[in-house]
Amino acid sequence: MYNFEYTKASSAGAAAEALKADEDAKVVAGGMTLIPTLKQRLAQPSTLIDLNGVDDLRGITVTGDTVTIGAMTTHDTVARSAEVAKAIPALAHLAGLIGDPAVRNRGTIGGSISNNDPAADYPGALVGLGATVKTTKREIAADDFFVDLFETALEEDEIVTEVSFPVPEAAWYMKFPNPASRYAIVGVFVAKAKDGVRVAVTGAGPCVFRVPEMEQALSSSWSPDAVADIKVSDDGLNSDIHASAEYRAHLVTVMAKRAVAGAK
Amino acid sequence: MTSTVSLTVNGKAVSAEVEPRTLLVQLLREILGLTGTHVGCDTSQCGACVVHVNGTSLKSCTMLAVQAEGADVTTIEGLADGDTLHPMQQAFHENHGLQCGFCTPGMIMSAIDLAKRNPDPSEKEIREWLEGNLCRCTGYHNIVKSIKAGAQAMNA
Ligand SMILES: Cc1cc2nc3c(=O)[nH]c(=O)nc-3n(C[C@H](O)[C@H](O)[C@H](O)COP(=O)(O)OP(=O)(O)OC[C@H]3O[C@@H](n4cnc5c(N)ncnc54)[C@H](O)[C@@H]3O)c2cc1C
Ligand code: FES
Ligand code: FES
Repeated sequence: MYNFEYTKASSAGAAAEALKADEDAKVVAGGMTLIPTLKQRLAQPSTLIDLNGVDDLRGITVTGDTVTIGAMTTHDTVARSAEVAKAIPALAHLAGLIGDPAVRNRGTIGGSISNNDPAADYPGALVGLGATVKTTKREIAADDFFVDLFETALEEDEIVTEVSFPVPEAAWYMKFPNPASRYAIVGVFVAKAKDGVRVAVTGAGPCVFRVPEMEQALSSSWSPDAVADIKVSDDGLNSDIHASAEYRAHLVTVMAKRAVAGAK
Repeated sequence: MTSTVSLTVNGKAVSAEVEPRTLLVQLLREILGLTGTHVGCDTSQCGACVVHVNGTSLKSCTMLAVQAEGADVTTIEGLADGDTLHPMQQAFHENHGLQCGFCTPGMIMSAIDLAKRNPDPSEKEIREWLEGNLCRCTGYHNIVKSIKAGAQAMNA
């Protein structure tokens, strides 16, 4: 690992200021992605700004129609939250499928979405539920937040502070995990809400995407059969030693069907 | 540049000079000489390095030593009470839950965290919990048996 300086942020705002002052600085949240990256010498930040002491970035608030999760809330906290399990069971379920217990004890929602790994789970939930990402500068709709492979709408000196999820009528997440890493080979998040149906796919492509044909079909008939014959094109999907693009396209339909069947 | 980090390790207050890039596992093994915590990979996947920080299990290869300032850390060396093994250690011993032993410290530290949350885990729950603990020898069967027995003994 290359060496770097280390500081603790006193607040999200202070961390954003520090990023503005030094374009080679980086914030560290759970470190579950960043520290392995540093170990491989794939990044060389000048300074790591630790968000771990910023307590007001942690925590879950559930009001009647919204679940709000602070950026530094760990996957384990979300997975084990009785409040989240009651309001949006699919979200607690998804958080409990991330990695392994030790990863869930450290990894955070803010770190996961800011990293935007194509195989990460949370992007599916954010786009699937039509969440809003709050940052030190503004609010960004999930549809606009995830831009491309490892790329988000965040500016260099912008920090995610919380994510708000509207409570749906029913939703579920099905993932076909990579048997070694547990990242999603394909994950499909479906949700039925007052303002419509959403189907979000993670793992399959370079970035999370929606499937409008499935959303239309499920709006007319909310049942697994409605999506059974809808295939996404394998054009541009990921292809690697774990799964070909064609296989991933096939899995999208299978996972979508199962997610609708499991929705609660 | 180094700085001083002060923390509690296995009940003892310790201080050490570390660089920002020093990993918690390096502090434990290389500076404090606690070589029971192992390093089995460089991708944060194997779990040989699992320790408890403020009571929760985490991978000490994926946390900076400076981040452990003020923390209460327990390693495999901190479990036994003199010559009396911790119930989870005893269960691994009795159920032949190891072969080469390389994965064992991480397995035991993870297992204790599970047993604290779930006093009587099922075989399925144990196997799911071990997602982040890899063993190249045993095929896991006796590890699962050990953890079941250890959890029961811990909560007896
Ligand atoms: C073995 C293993 C298995 C895993 N399996 C899965 C899996 O199955 N599914 C899955 O989704 N993920 C998985 N992960 C990734 C895990 O969920 C990480 O926790 C997550 O991707 C990154 O979150 P973090 O809090 O650790 O962020 P860090 O690693 O600390 O940071 C990641 C990046 O985000 C930036 N960042 C962090 N917080 C913020 C913020 N608030 N605002 C702006 N930028 C920020 C950092 O500067 C850095 O560039 C796995 C990781 C490991 C090691
Ligand atoms: S050494 Fe492999 S996970 Fe820490
Ligand atoms: S006993 Fe050898 S790696 Fe598990």
